[in-house]
Amino acid sequence: MAYTIEGSTGPWEVVVGMEVHAQVISQSKLFSGAATAFGAAPNSQVSFVDAAFPGMLPVPNREAIAQAVRTGLGLNAKINLVSRFDRKNYFYADLPQGYQISQFEHPIVGTGVVEIELADGSTKEIGITRLHLEQDAGKSLHDQHPTKSFIDLNRSGVALMEIVSEPDIRSPEEAGAYIKKLRSILRYLGTCDGNMEEGSLRADVNVSVRKAGEAYRTRCEVKNVNSVRFVMQAVEVEALRQIAVWEGGGEVQQETRLFDPNRGETRSMRSKEDAHDYRYFPDPDLLPVVLEQGWVDGLRAALPELPDAKQARFMAEYGLSRYDAGVLVAEQATALFFETVAKGRDAKIAANWVMGDFFAALNRTGRTIEDPPVSAASLGRLLDLMADSTINGKIAKEVFEAMVETGRDPAAIVDERGLRQVTDTGAIDAAVEAVIAANPDKVAEYKSGKDKLFGFFVGNVMKAMAGKGNPALVNAALKARLGQ
Amino acid sequence: MSLDPATVRRIAKLARIRVDEAQVEALRTDLNSILGWIEQLNEVDVDGVEPLTGGTQMALRLREDVVNDGGIADAVLGNAPDRNGEYFAVPKVVE
Amino acid sequence: MTLTDLTLAEARDGLRAKRFSAVELTEAYLAAIEALNPKLNAYVLVTGEGARAQAAAADAALARGDARALTGIPLAIKDLFCTEGVRTTAGSRILEPFVPPYESTVTANLLRDGAIFLGKANMDEFAMGSSNMTSAFGPVTSPWTRRGDNRPLVPGGSSGGSAAAVSARIALGATATDTGGSIRQPASFCGIAGIKPTYGRCSRWGIVAFASSLDQAGPVARTVEDAAILLGSMSGFDAKDSTSADVAVPDFAAACRRGVKGLRIGVPREYRSEGMPAEIEALWQQGLGWLREQGAEIVDVSLPHTKYGLATYYIVAPAEASSNLARYDGVRFGARTAGEDLVALYENTRAEGFGAEVKRRVLIGTYVLSAGYYDAYYLKAQKVRALILKDFTDVFAKVDALVTPTAPSAAFAQGEKMDDPIKMYLNDVFTVPANMSGIPGLSVPAGLDAQGLPLGLQVLGRPFDEETVFAVGAALERAAGFTALPGIRAGA
Repeated sequence: MAYTIEGSTGPWEVVVGMEVHAQVISQSKLFSGAATAFGAAPNSQVSFVDAAFPGMLPVPNREAIAQAVRTGLGLNAKINLVSRFDRKNYFYADLPQGYQISQFEHPIVGTGVVEIELADGSTKEIGITRLHLEQDAGKSLHDQHPTKSFIDLNRSGVALMEIVSEPDIRSPEEAGAYIKKLRSILRYLGTCDGNMEEGSLRADVNVSVRKAGEAYRTRCEVKNVNSVRFVMQAVEVEALRQIAVWEGGGEVQQETRLFDPNRGETRSMRSKEDAHDYRYFPDPDLLPVVLEQGWVDGLRAALPELPDAKQARFMAEYGLSRYDAGVLVAEQATALFFETVAKGRDAKIAANWVMGDFFAALNRTGRTIEDPPVSAASLGRLLDLMADSTINGKIAKEVFEAMVETGRDPAAIVDERGLRQVTDTGAIDAAVEAVIAANPDKVAEYKSGKDKLFGFFVGNVMKAMAGKGNPALVNAALKARLGQ
Repeated sequence: MSLDPATVRRIAKLARIRVDEAQVEALRTDLNSILGWIEQLNEVDVDGVEPLTGGTQMALRLREDVVNDGGIADAVLGNAPDRNGEYFAVPKVVE
Repeated sequence: MTLTDLTLAEARDGLRAKRFSAVELTEAYLAAIEALNPKLNAYVLVTGEGARAQAAAADAALARGDARALTGIPLAIKDLFCTEGVRTTAGSRILEPFVPPYESTVTANLLRDGAIFLGKANMDEFAMGSSNMTSAFGPVTSPWTRRGDNRPLVPGGSSGGSAAAVSARIALGATATDTGGSIRQPASFCGIAGIKPTYGRCSRWGIVAFASSLDQAGPVARTVEDAAILLGSMSGFDAKDSTSADVAVPDFAAACRRGVKGLRIGVPREYRSEGMPAEIEALWQQGLGWLREQGAEIVDVSLPHTKYGLATYYIVAPAEASSNLARYDGVRFGARTAGEDLVALYENTRAEGFGAEVKRRVLIGTYVLSAGYYDAYYLKAQKVRALILKDFTDVFAKVDALVTPTAPSAAFAQGEKMDDPIKMYLNDVFTVPANMSGIPGLSVPAGLDAQGLPLGLQVLGRPFDEETVFAVGAALERAAGFTALPGIRAGA
């Protein structure tokens, strides 16, 4: 069932396309040798090129170009062997050159496709229009001085990839799934860290609404939306606003709007509404970018296994459900963690432990998959202790908690705390005798046909054995004794 | 093509050059005479011609990704007409 | 003979033979500057103290036998080249307070080879002009005057300060730049040699940009050989300029001695039809005769699109300039004029900082790139430019070099041609095609007009074949025996 919003005039379809700006992972900037690290002192990562001093010239960074190509390959997109840098001319305080070097007419990457997965298990393809490289601008600080804005050029010239989607997105959920999937692919590729809080990944969301079967209506661009949740919210509130405008007899104006997460609304950015005329033209300081097919092929050969391929493999190789495989492959580190645990073991049990107790422990401790409270190797050894009946499942959970707390090896915890499973039938029989002796009334009830009480006896025997009884042997002993 | 005064004002605005009303007419005359003279290019048949994009026909040379610049904040800020600590300063921008 | 009469090659030999010291040579030039610059305004800044220190260092180097290509040679530096710690204005009010914290690659190469910098040479603002009348620091007066007429003449432009300084012998050589003829036309006006090398031969890094796809640095000097020596030091691959060519720098000075025997010299017939003064036509024919006598074959050739070069230039150059000059906004360097908000600050700063010609070109450039006009102007111009390049490529399959006049006239008086920008632009009609196509072009002083003013001939060559250009230029120079001197000069 397609997503629609019910207005006073009936259902409305939502049409969304996205322009995502992804900061390229590289040591130095797109056209200069200044560093790109986040959080440095103001203007300390600025070369004369970045500050657009007279006579300074851009020299492109090979790795930034390679990162754009890798990303294009990861988006199943066409790589343009000849592309070009253009100048986009406008004046702004944090744009030192008075133009941004971007790719307008001939981007480095052409059309591609991203497959998203939705909560109902269905999948959908979102078209990629293009990907191009461009310079980031500097940063203006407006709150440091009563009458002045301060300019920090550290980000000026950092390489960005602008990834433009087709208007194929039809709901807030799809918008969220698209940005999540894009983020996952970028992180797998190592081309962008995907950190939306620090602004490494920013989305401009183009939203319009229409009645079923109509051509596209006027769209608005919602700028700089910086989390998955905000993307979904922005789509919804902007669609609602536009529906209200149309249904109120008005007309939606094409404009740039800003999403305000605090107030849950979008508002017009009138300051950006000056009639822009960017006067794009090929940057005469830079010749066309000409790539060799062999170089592109080399980058392709070195690409990691990407989320879609990994998900398919997890389903085929480990027998996981599509959903479980999807959860495990979203982050490369999680997938690696799972595979380390699953190797040579029961993959479904491994998946349950990773997605269950382990994810819970990550959440609880606030640690990350890169710095987990329990290593994949330790978790694997814990599963081994269950598999060879050294401990039972219940004790395993207790041991796991101890591993989280102490960071110690599971075998050591089992030994120290004497948690080894009891398989000595003499000890089991003794515990069974004691429980039966202490509960004559329950024994009578059981014998008169109340079979459900069997669980009561198992529980009490395990309790008497501090949980360490081998469950199969305890069951067998009880069955035998109560059957007499 | 001939520029009208409004176009002269518009391109001056785009170029961020203040043009006083008294200058508009003289500028308009100058610019129109240049543009009129350029019109001679209309005689040239350029069907199927690929435009040149730069001063040379080489392919672009790329640089290795190493940090070998920056860390010169004082030099970068040293010529600033209004330096405020570690920042360049401009009249407050209202967004 | 005074020291300032020596050519660069002669001065170099004298320094190495210890006939005089670099300090003596430098002092001679500084004294000449002090005497003549007030009349000429060729320098906007004289760096006497720095020059003396460099001269002392040069003498020390010579004493220990470490003589490099230019050790002890005093030069003027066009004020378009950024010089570390030395104010660099590009002839503009907007850069009046600018002191670069870096040295341009070309000037760094000259310093590496031991040159001494006497100061910064005046120029048309942002290299936009053909007369040196657009400098924010006042016009340069040519050291030449018409016979029986004392009206001050222009030295040509935009490298007018460089050319006037070399011609008046207040510099032994000078750096210059050429975007549409700014080396060759002033060289022609001032009776000296000047070469715009192939685009990519000299690094553009650290040279204030006018039109990036056209700008090239080159020298102006007293002789073709001197220009060859200077170009040898200025040239070379630079990783900091993406358009710099990674090709070897040949021995240009040696090429001056090659001769022209067996060379095929093309004469583009389209250069004739421009209503050319008879004496320029005559000088051209004489030059071709000299080359024929020295064994060259003269071939009639056609460059059918060359007549569109100038109109193409006046789209491409302003377009690139409108973007290149956007960085002069009063925020990070240069002059600022206050405004109540950021936009007013920009508009005031640029209105007061730029002169009339710069504003005209920035506005034309803004217009031709603006929405709806890009295809009709800029894209069209770049297509015509491709045709101009193809003309040259075709012709250079048949001939080794072309010879033409450098400029359609001799120097004109200050104030002439100022009423109509187009009249001024027409000065560059013969020089612009080399910028549009990136090929090298040399101007050689070849004779005087009826009023006693110098006229130059231009030699054009294949990309990166400056050697043939120098060979042809030196042959013309030898045959012309140009010995005329300007009225205002050191030692006069």
